Amino acid sequence: MSTYLLSLAIWVPIVAGVLVLLTGSDRNAPLARMLALVGAITGFLVTIPLWTTFDVAQSGMQFEVLAPWIPRFDINYHLGVDGISMLFVILNAFITVIVVAAGWEVIGKKVAQYNAAFLIMSGLMNGIFTALDGVLFYVFFEASLIPMYLIIGVWGGPNRVYAALKFFLYTLFGSLLFLLALLYLYVQSDSFSILAWHQQPLELSPQIWIFLAFLIAFAVKVPMWPVHTWLPDAHVEAPTGGSIVLAAIALKLGAYGFLRFSLPIAPDASHELSTLIVALSLIAVVYIGFVALVQSDMKKLVAYSSIAHMGFVTLGFFMFSAIGVEGALVQMISHGFVSGAMFFCIGVMYDRVHSREIADYGGVVNTMPKFAALFMLFSMANAGLPATSGFVGEFMVILGAVKYNFWVAVAAATSLILGAAYTLWMYKRVIFGAIANDHVAKLADVNKREFAILGVLALCTLWLGLYPQVFTEVMHVSVNELLNHVHISKIQ
Amino acid sequence: MFDHFVVPNLLPAAPEIFLALMASAILLIDLFVKDSRRTVTFALSVLALLGCAAIQLWVAVPDVTYTFSHMFVADLMSVLLKLLVYLTVIVVLFYSRAYVIDRGEMNKGEYYVLTLFATLGMMVMISANHFVTVYIGIELLSLSLYAMVAMNRDSLAASEAAIKYFVLGALASGLLLYGMSMIYGATGSLEITAVARQVHGANVNGNLLVFGLIFLVAGLAFKLGVVPFHMWIPDVYHGAPTSVTLLIGSAPKLAAFAVVIRLLVSGLLAAANEWQDMLIIMAVLSMAIGNLAAIAQTNIKRMLAYSAISHMGFMLLGIVTGVVAVVGADGTVGGDISNALDAYSSAMFYVIAYVLMSLGTFGMILMMARAGFEADTLDDFKGLNQRSPWFAAIMMMLMFSMAGVPFFIGFFAKFAVLMAVIAAGYTWLAIVAVLFSLIGAFYYLRVVKLMYFDAPTDETPIRAGLDMRLLISANGVAVALFGMFPQSIMALCAAALVYSHFPH
Repeated sequence: MSTYLLSLAIWVPIVAGVLVLLTGSDRNAPLARMLALVGAITGFLVTIPLWTTFDVAQSGMQFEVLAPWIPRFDINYHLGVDGISMLFVILNAFITVIVVAAGWEVIGKKVAQYNAAFLIMSGLMNGIFTALDGVLFYVFFEASLIPMYLIIGVWGGPNRVYAALKFFLYTLFGSLLFLLALLYLYVQSDSFSILAWHQQPLELSPQIWIFLAFLIAFAVKVPMWPVHTWLPDAHVEAPTGGSIVLAAIALKLGAYGFLRFSLPIAPDASHELSTLIVALSLIAVVYIGFVALVQSDMKKLVAYSSIAHMGFVTLGFFMFSAIGVEGALVQMISHGFVSGAMFFCIGVMYDRVHSREIADYGGVVNTMPKFAALFMLFSMANAGLPATSGFVGEFMVILGAVKYNFWVAVAAATSLILGAAYTLWMYKRVIFGAIANDHVAKLADVNKREFAILGVLALCTLWLGLYPQVFTEVMHVSVNELLNHVHISKIQ
Repeated sequence: MFDHFVVPNLLPAAPEIFLALMASAILLIDLFVKDSRRTVTFALSVLALLGCAAIQLWVAVPDVTYTFSHMFVADLMSVLLKLLVYLTVIVVLFYSRAYVIDRGEMNKGEYYVLTLFATLGMMVMISANHFVTVYIGIELLSLSLYAMVAMNRDSLAASEAAIKYFVLGALASGLLLYGMSMIYGATGSLEITAVARQVHGANVNGNLLVFGLIFLVAGLAFKLGVVPFHMWIPDVYHGAPTSVTLLIGSAPKLAAFAVVIRLLVSGLLAAANEWQDMLIIMAVLSMAIGNLAAIAQTNIKRMLAYSAISHMGFMLLGIVTGVVAVVGADGTVGGDISNALDAYSSAMFYVIAYVLMSLGTFGMILMMARAGFEADTLDDFKGLNQRSPWFAAIMMMLMFSMAGVPFFIGFFAKFAVLMAVIAAGYTWLAIVAVLFSLIGAFYYLRVVKLMYFDAPTDETPIRAGLDMRLLISANGVAVALFGMFPQSIMALCAAALVYSHFPH
């Protein structure tokens, strides 16, 4: 049974997506929604045993599947998870349920296609997190662009065409160079196995080229400064569900790529170029933090805050300490919950007022008290308040940074101030004060569906904030193994 | 006087002979067909091609067989490519059926007979082992196509395209012949295998050979439609009736690939150092100009014409890099055979994948066309998702496949070629290729954008016969299915080349 778990995690949502597509036109919308929810929940349930039966003491891959796919080039259907990737599979399946629920009444046109796109994308992204074959990874990595392109373009805002195209071409640009690096590695090692590449000796100069090719692919996806400009556009134009998936899962793919590809395949180049990555990360944290401060559009503000938070993640990775990497991983999961919730909160307001401008709001607490309370929690988590999940990751990364270099730590720590500034200032302007206009006066508080979604996300945020041990113990062995590997030079 | 006349072994050429007879018979039978829909002619043409396929399978042997005094060769590569040609032409006939019926002046017996003669030309090209055979095949194909382009004689655009095609095609044939005569002068032979022996023996006049080679490559480039000999492609694709564009844009690419392999790899491999740089330049320019010019188009047939140019450029990379692996620094043949094999089979896979995608795309345009309406501008695809989600999905798969996005066959086609390029050490070429693919993705995405993001301007429901719907669905599914499981075609291509060019 355990060998089928990962295949189920990939194919259950995809098959469910195809079934949803078969319901056809919007006459069958209720059926399509129901089917999508059942598919998403089934997809989530099949990933639960991954955690419950996961052996935290075992290093290396678990639940491995290995079957030939294209023997002509020795490409295999090779899946497996370790402590790094397992949690993301579950997070992804969980977020898919949230997204299907989030679009329930909001999406009225082409319901079947909307839900199918999310389910198929969910399956593809599970493929990315579990693939242990380079080509399999790449195929999932690139194929997942198609549903996102459609989601932004079909259900997005007024400038959706530009945003969708920019998203697609940016990411494609990165991934094409990544593909060349994969082909080069195949020519060197006669294998497409990622695990074999981890052992493949390489001279410094090819390592650096490979690292740079990987960097372009993953930096675009993360996104890192200066290739982040597609993200605010994509977020602003995407429908709420699209923003949630983008922030919660899609951004993690790039960061995950660093851990699965860049660090272990090119360890010497990683050390060589770590200063560059640390610098780019700090720019993301500090500069993008200031950029977030001046945004007048709430979605854009959260989008920029995502870039700043992801800067923490890349910073954590490239200090090569266990606490840094684990902190970064916790930050990734936390950001999955918190940014997803933030985008959902903005979606809740947008559905009622049809504006994302901060200036169009004010005094929302008077009409939506329950909502204001939950939004408060997520804003605090976004700012990194202790006892929320946002604090744990940032704290661990800053702790790692103090050991790495004091001034790096100081720069990173400004994010706690900046994060608090831009999130809480936005919160203050939107929620508090006198009722700003008629729209706000007529607001209805969250309904049961919205409350349930926010409640579940709030519980997750608090759980990870109060008891992160459950998450970190899963990562521990795999992170140590990775770091030990990275410390051994591949140059012969 | 008949003492020296030896009856050649006709068996390897049985499908060609059968098709020639059938085409002539159909020409006569059609005179007695009263039906304005020409159902009998259509059915007989399809049956003739199916008969060819059956005979082909029946006479096929894994060995390389020569006949007609070594002018004609039958090997596994020719069998595979010819079977694909039959299949492609049958699909072309089915896709074109409704289109030509709606345009009565085209639905004549000659339309079908010319299609069959064009097919015969492709078959002869594929099996050619002699410069004259190559030339006869190319001319038979080209002359049939010239006439077909002009078939809609009231259309100004079609007549212009036909004249342009004819004049440029004649020029290309002239270049080809001139090149062949030079090579004959250098080597003393017109038979490809004999030329290969001569060139390899190095007892040839190098200048004369290179001189001939340049003309030969130029002629081939014309026929393939790669830059700088591409000018006819956009005009002909655009001006010709869509059903003829479909024919021009599909099966002949398989034949052209075979001729390139026969002439350059089987014949002039030892002179590879001379032609490989030319092909690299042509490949890069084709990808550049094809992809950049396609962006500016508003007519989808013209856009696909430029896309065809860029695809042929990409395919050439496979042929180029095969030679890099085989020819040593001193110009002698050697090196890693398996690398060369990977490269040629990747080019072959690319052509097959391209033909499959091209069939589907032009098929979609044909399906959306009606009597008096061509559906050939990009705007005609606006809002297709609302008119027919299923066919929009198929067109989307075709577009993503052409752009080289997985899980579609176009991805693995590009993948295989890029692998060969990287294995040959031409990393810069691979980077150039992927950058132009990125530019190419833009205009394919635009079609998806029109279909999915825009509202339809034309609400007419799509009307097509059941055969058309099933066939085009199968075509779309094949693009996805072979994109997920490309192993079978890849293995076939590799096997075909192993048995044909590296026999043990």
